[in-house]
Amino acid sequence: MRKLINKLIFTICSLSTALVLAVLALILIYILANGVLAINLDFFTKLPKPVGEDGGGMVNGIVGSAIMVGLAALVSIPISIGAAIYLAEFGKGYLAVIVRFLVDVLAGVPSIVIGIFVYTIVVLPMKRFSAIAGALSLAIIMIPTIVRATEEALRLVPQTLREAALALGAPYWRVVLEIVVVSANKAIVSGVLLSVARVTGETAPLLFTALGNRFLVTVLDRPMASLPVQIYSYAVSPYDDWHRQAWAATFALVMFILLINLVVRFFIRTKE
Amino acid sequence: MLGINKEIKQMENMSTESIETKKAEDQKIAAPKIEIEAENLNFFYGEKQALYSINLKVPEKSITAFIGPSGCGKSTFLRSINRMNDIIAGVRVEGKILLNNQNIYAPSIDVVDLRRRVGMVFQKSTPFPKSIFDNVAYGIKINRLSNSRKQLEQMVEQALKQAALWNEVKDRLNESALALSGGQQQRLCIARTLAVMPEVILMDEPCSALDPIATEKIEELVVELREKYTVIIVTHNMQQASRVSDYTAFFLLGQLIEFDETEKIFTYPKEKKTEDYITGRFG
Repeated sequence: MRKLINKLIFTICSLSTALVLAVLALILIYILANGVLAINLDFFTKLPKPVGEDGGGMVNGIVGSAIMVGLAALVSIPISIGAAIYLAEFGKGYLAVIVRFLVDVLAGVPSIVIGIFVYTIVVLPMKRFSAIAGALSLAIIMIPTIVRATEEALRLVPQTLREAALALGAPYWRVVLEIVVVSANKAIVSGVLLSVARVTGETAPLLFTALGNRFLVTVLDRPMASLPVQIYSYAVSPYDDWHRQAWAATFALVMFILLINLVVRFFIRTKE
Repeated sequence: MLGINKEIKQMENMSTESIETKKAEDQKIAAPKIEIEAENLNFFYGEKQALYSINLKVPEKSITAFIGPSGCGKSTFLRSINRMNDIIAGVRVEGKILLNNQNIYAPSIDVVDLRRRVGMVFQKSTPFPKSIFDNVAYGIKINRLSNSRKQLEQMVEQALKQAALWNEVKDRLNESALALSGGQQQRLCIARTLAVMPEVILMDEPCSALDPIATEKIEELVVELREKYTVIIVTHNMQQASRVSDYTAFFLLGQLIEFDETEKIFTYPKEKKTEDYITGRFG
C-alpha cells in the first residue's frame, strides 16, 4: 500500500515536470519554426520599408534596444551595487530593513506602471518621447534584481576574509571594495547579465517612454525604436510580411536571451 | 569575586616577579622588556561579561601560548589585542591594554595603524581571491610601505622566505592563491602578515584545520619567528603549547588563572585548576 502511494506521488510529480517542460518546449519550437525561416541578413541590416511594401529589416530596433539597455545598465549598475553594499555591510538597523522591503516591493511593481511613472516625470516635462526616458524606465526595472543578487553574493563572502584584510591594517572601505566585492565578482556579474537579459524583452514601459521610431536614430532626446515594441506593432498590423518580420524579431530576441543565460551558466561553472 | 581577583593578582605579580628575579640573578640577561600588558581588562558582549579583570604582561620577542577549555575567553582576549572585536556590535571594554606602554584603547589611537603593528593569523586560512604575489603585496600597498616595484618584489620575496613558502611558490607567483594546499595557504597568510612588518603576531589556533605534517611546518616557522616578533598563539592542543611556547597563560571562564614560563606551568603548576586542566581532568 505504501509502495503504491510512493509510486502515485512520484508519477504525479513526473507528470507535472513533463507538463512544465512541454509548455516551454512548445513555445520554443513554435518560435523556432516560425522564426528561423523568416530571419535573414536583411533583418539585421535594413531599415523598415514604407507601409505596405515587402522586405526591409529591423536594424533600428536592434540598435535602439542596444542603446537603451546599455544606457539603463550604465545607470542602474552603480546605484544597485552601491545599495547592495550598504545593505550587506552596514545594514543592521531599522533603515536597512525598510530599504530591503522597499526594494522587494519595487521588484513587484508591474513594468507598465513604471513606464507610466517615467512618462509623468520625464516625458511630460520634456514634452516628447525619448530614448532617455526609455532607458530610465528600464534602469528602474533592473535595480531590484541586481540589488538582490549582489546583496546575496556579498553576504556569502565569509566574515573571516574581511577580518583577515582588516588585520593587515586596511581601512574598512578598501576591504569592502577591493576584497569583498572582488570575491563576489562572479555572482554579481551573473546577476547583472540576467537582469540585462530580462529587461531586453520589456515592452510596456517603452511604449510610454521611447515610443518607437521607423528610422535609425542615435540621439537620446528623441523617440527611439526597440525590438520588443517593434514586434508588438508589427504583430498587430494587417500585413503578412510584417507578421513574418515580427516572427524573425521574436526569434532573434529569444535567441539572445537564451545566449545570455548560457553564458551565465558557463561563467558560473568555471568558478574555482 | 573580588577576593579571587586579588589572589590571582598576587599570584600574577609573584610569577612575573619570580621570572624577573631569576633572570636578574643570572646577571647576564636583564629583565625581559614587556611588549603587551593588560591592566584590569574587563570585556562585555552586550550584557554578558566575557573577561574578568585580566592582568597580564607578555614579554617581547617570545612566544606565549594561551590555553584553556572552549569558551574560556582566550580568543576574545586575543582579538582584543588588535581590537578586532570592535567590528562586533555591542561590545564594551573596560580597562587598558598597553602596547609598548601605549594604551591601545585610548581615543587618540589609530586603529587601522594598530592592526598593521599587531598582525593576526586566523584558524581558517583566508587567501584573497588574487594571485600569490598580490596576496602578499596587498598589505604592503595598502600601508604604502614600498616606494618602487623592485622594492615591492623584494619585500614579497622576503616575506615568503620568512614564511618558509618561497621555494614552493617562487615559480608561480602569478597563479591564484586559491590553488594552494591548506598548509600552504596558511603559510601564505603568515607571509601576508609578516610583509607589513608588525611588532606582534597573534595566532588564533592556526593549525587546527591542518594535517600533522603541515602543522609541523607551521610550528617550526613559529619558533623561528621568535627572533624578531612577539608571538601569541591560542591553542587547544596542549602538547603544541608545551612544544612551541616560552610562556603559557591558562584561562578559565573568562579569568586568567595562571601565567608563567611554559616549563613551570607544565611541570609545577601553582594552581589546582591549572593542574586539573593540564592533566586532562576537564576540558
